This record gives sequence, C-alpha cells and structure tokens, in this order.
Amino acid sequence: MIVQICVGSSCHLKGSQEIVELFQKYIEEYGLENDITLAGCFCMDKCNRIGVTITVDGTIYTGVTVAGFDEFFKDKVLSVVNS
Amino acid sequence: MRKFDTKVQHLKYKVLREVARLAWKDELFTHLLDVPQIISPGPEPTMRCCIYKERAIVNERVKIAMGGDKENKNIIEVIKIACDECPVGGYEVTNACRGCLAHRCEDVCKFGAITFDANHVAHIDKSKCKECGACSRVCPYTAIVSRKRPCQVACKIKAISMDEQKAAKIDDEKCIACGACVYQCPFGAIMDKSYIVNVVDMLKKAQNKDYKMYAVVAPSISSQFTYAKLGQVITGLKELGFHTVIEAALGADMVAEAESQELAEKGFLTSSCCPAFVTYVKTAFPELAQYISHNPSPMTAISMYIKSVDPKAKVVFIGPCTAKKAEILREDVKPYVDSALTFEELQALFDSRDIDITTLGEDVLDNASYFGRIFARSGGVSDAVKQALKEQNIDFDVKPCPCDGIEACKIALLKKSKNLLDANFIEGMACVGGCIGGAGCLTHGEKNKAEVDKYGREAYEKTILDATRVLKN
Repeated sequence: MIVQICVGSSCHLKGSQEIVELFQKYIEEYGLENDITLAGCFCMDKCNRIGVTITVDGTIYTGVTVAGFDEFFKDKVLSVVNS
Repeated sequence: MRKFDTKVQHLKYKVLREVARLAWKDELFTHLLDVPQIISPGPEPTMRCCIYKERAIVNERVKIAMGGDKENKNIIEVIKIACDECPVGGYEVTNACRGCLAHRCEDVCKFGAITFDANHVAHIDKSKCKECGACSRVCPYTAIVSRKRPCQVACKIKAISMDEQKAAKIDDEKCIACGACVYQCPFGAIMDKSYIVNVVDMLKKAQNKDYKMYAVVAPSISSQFTYAKLGQVITGLKELGFHTVIEAALGADMVAEAESQELAEKGFLTSSCCPAFVTYVKTAFPELAQYISHNPSPMTAISMYIKSVDPKAKVVFIGPCTAKKAEILREDVKPYVDSALTFEELQALFDSRDIDITTLGEDVLDNASYFGRIFARSGGVSDAVKQALKEQNIDFDVKPCPCDGIEACKIALLKKSKNLLDANFIEGMACVGGCIGGAGCLTHGEKNKAEVDKYGREAYEKTILDATRVLKN
C-alpha cells in the first residue's frame, strides 16, 4: 500500500509533519513496515481549512488532523491492509 | 509604486510581456513583426536617433525574448546595434583642467605620464599611463576622469571587451552569466535570453491535465513585488496555471543538511548553490574545482524531490538569477528542472494575462526554515551550514569565508590556491549582497536584506531538520 502525505505549504501549516510522525509511529506499532510505503507529495487541489490531505492507494482523504488520526488510521488504512 | 529600478528594465519587460501575450494567443508567428510597432508607435523616436533604428533594436529584443541566438550557447547576449559604443579611453584630462600652477597631477604620477602644453594644461601619455587613478584623486578641479564602459566596469571577471566596430563583445568561455552587465548597461544592449515562450507553452498544454506545473520560487522573492503581498504573488502564479508553488528554500534546507556532513567529512569545501560562482571556479580556478560541494543547488535539490514524488511534473524555477538559466542546461540538472524565469519575466507573465496581483486573495507559501530562506543573502549559506552542524551534533569547527560578490570570491579563491586562506568553507556568491543583488530582480534596494531576514523569521519551521523531516518518509 502506498500512502502519500501532502507536504505542500497549506498542509505543512496544518501539521503534515506531525501526521508523518504519527504514521511512522503507528506503522511501527502495528508492524506494517513491509505493507505500507510512506511518500510525500505536493498539493492535490483539495486544500481546506481543517487538516492534511492524504492519499491511500490513490484514494484522497482530506482534513486529517492529529486528533482524528487514530480513527482515520484504523478506518482507512488498517482495515484495508488487513482485508 | 515603481516596479523597476530603471527604464531599460521597463523596456525589456514590455517586450517580454508582448511576446508572452502573443504566445498565449498562439499568434506569435503571425503577429511577431507587430511588436516593434507596439513598443515604439512613432512617428517620433523616443529613445534612439530615428524610429527605424528604435524598432530594429526592439526586433532584436524580441528575438532574445524568444530564446535568442540558438548558435550561441551563452545565455547572455549583446545586441550589437543597441550598443552605444561608449568611450573606452580610461583616464583622460577634460576641459575642466584650468592649467593651474601646482601640477599635483604631475607630482603624484609615478610613471611620468603627465606632460603640459604651453598653457599649463595637462595631457596624459597613454603609453606610460597605468590607469592607477592617482592624478584623478589629487586634481583640485576633478578635471581628470576615468572613461570606462559601464559593462566593462560591471564585469569584474573581465569577460567584456570591444570588437572591431567598438561594440561590446563577451568572451563566452570566460562569462559566468551573472548578468551584472545586463543590469548595468545604460542602453540595455546586453540581455539575458528568455524561456518565457517555452513556459507559456508548458502552462497552456498543462490544461490538458497530462502533467502538473510546479513553480519553485527563490527566497529572494521576499524583497520583490513589494507593491503587493507575497501571498498574492502565490495566488497569481496559480492563476497563471501553476498547480502549486514550492519554496526553493526547502531545497536550501536539504543542501545545508547534506553539505554540512560533506564539509565535516572532507575538511574543506566551497558552496555550490550559486551557478555563476561554480562556473567561475571551474573556468578560472580549475585546480580548485575538486573542492566544490558535490551537492546539487537548492533549486536542483527540491526539483529532484518533486520529480521523485510526481515523475510527470514540470518544474519551473523563478528567481533573481540569469545564471540559473545556464545551470538548467547542465547535463546533471536538465532532467529535473524544465525551465527558469527571472522575477522580471514573472512580472511580464502576470501582465501578459492582465493579472493584477494586488487585487487577488492571499495564498500561503511555507515549506522551509529560517535558515533555508536566508540563503538569499550573503552570509546565509555559512549561517545555515553552521546551524546544520549544530543540529546534527557534528563536531566540526567550521571557519566560513562568506564572499559577497565575485570580486570577493576571486580573492578567496586566489588565497586558497596559494594555501593562504584561513577558512575551511568558502561561500561563493557572484552578486553583491547575494541573490537579492541578482540581475533578474525587479528592484534592488538597501532594505532587501532586512526583508529576507524578516521572511526567514516568519517561517513556520525554525530549524533545518524540522523542515527536511517531512521529506524523509
């Protein structure tokens, strides 16, 4: 699975760095090093006021925040990897 | 507010704007010959001896705006018919000489080059004169002046001479494309070739959505477009058709991190971010070329990253620099950077689409740290390398030698070649002040350095490693 996290200006200011770090932490915790490839990208034209834009195997998710990360990871990433 | 320092820049801009306008409309080849008439409507000439010469010169500017002479690999080109063939006599006695009795000029001349006629008026024997200027300094009437061409004075590496017709001539082997002569020639007879048509073409084709356009903007932009807000410039770039805008300063953070490691490993290094400096070392001090950092320039570093995450990306660098236009032709840079524009050309591009950036909303531009951003001014690279060593806990005592302008670079390189340099890191910047003194800037001013520092302090990331961390997934 390829996860791309937007590191463009807008997402950067909304904390893409923290999201990258959370991803690294979760991947390690769940032992998914061989299943998930993390990558950066610049702007997917979905900038909004809330959070960071992320693609999971090409599907775009917007507004990911530190507070909502746990839910996002379990819902959109972990469930896909496990299935 | 004035958008340019000089009328020559304004003229150059108008030509670029008209050429870009035609390119957007696909009318370049049908309406090309109308441009001189648009710029010089006549019937009276406003700049030259007659309207026909004026238009002939504009024609040459149009050629350079469209990429210039393809046979000539130098990015800097002389418009021969625009060259006013300024005097090149060196020190001369003017008619302000009063024929005084003191003859200080004669006393101070160590070479016996000064003689007097029956009226006590001084004359300089050119076969003896060494151009030291001592006579000029002591004359109480300031009657002795140095007549030198502004282009030759601007070219500190002495790549400009005159040809048989007395027009300026560039030694293309020596020229480092810094653009100093372009900015200094009062007649606008030397110009940097433009890729503006090529950029318009890429922007137009990007509408088919086969690829995305990325603008990589140099941090010196903080001292430019001062009549608007930086955020409005970013919105303007997106209106032009750029998908997104990224700071070259993030590339500078990447370079500072890697270059500090390289410095600690090798013990001596010169910076590699200024392409004019790199060319100068390679041509004038080939034996020192081994010390040039192997790191790419910030522009190339960030472009490599962009292409690694989006292989179909088209990257356009926008900055203050004419030498960057030469850098992107290098084999090791070509695959990553598709084109390069100056701030002058960006202003022309905005106006070719009638985009008034002062009316636009403000977008954000934030990728880099304070240290990446201050690369734009002299001393910034040294500060960043020092900081990167500290952040990475590398135990290396860096002694930087920040060289402000190509003359200072020359002195440091000469010392190094004789093993007399008390430093282990040469920061080479061809333009005085650093990139903010670049020939492609709209305006050059005293406050520019303060503007860069202010912009640096506004960065969301405060350290180099914080800025580069997002790239290391």
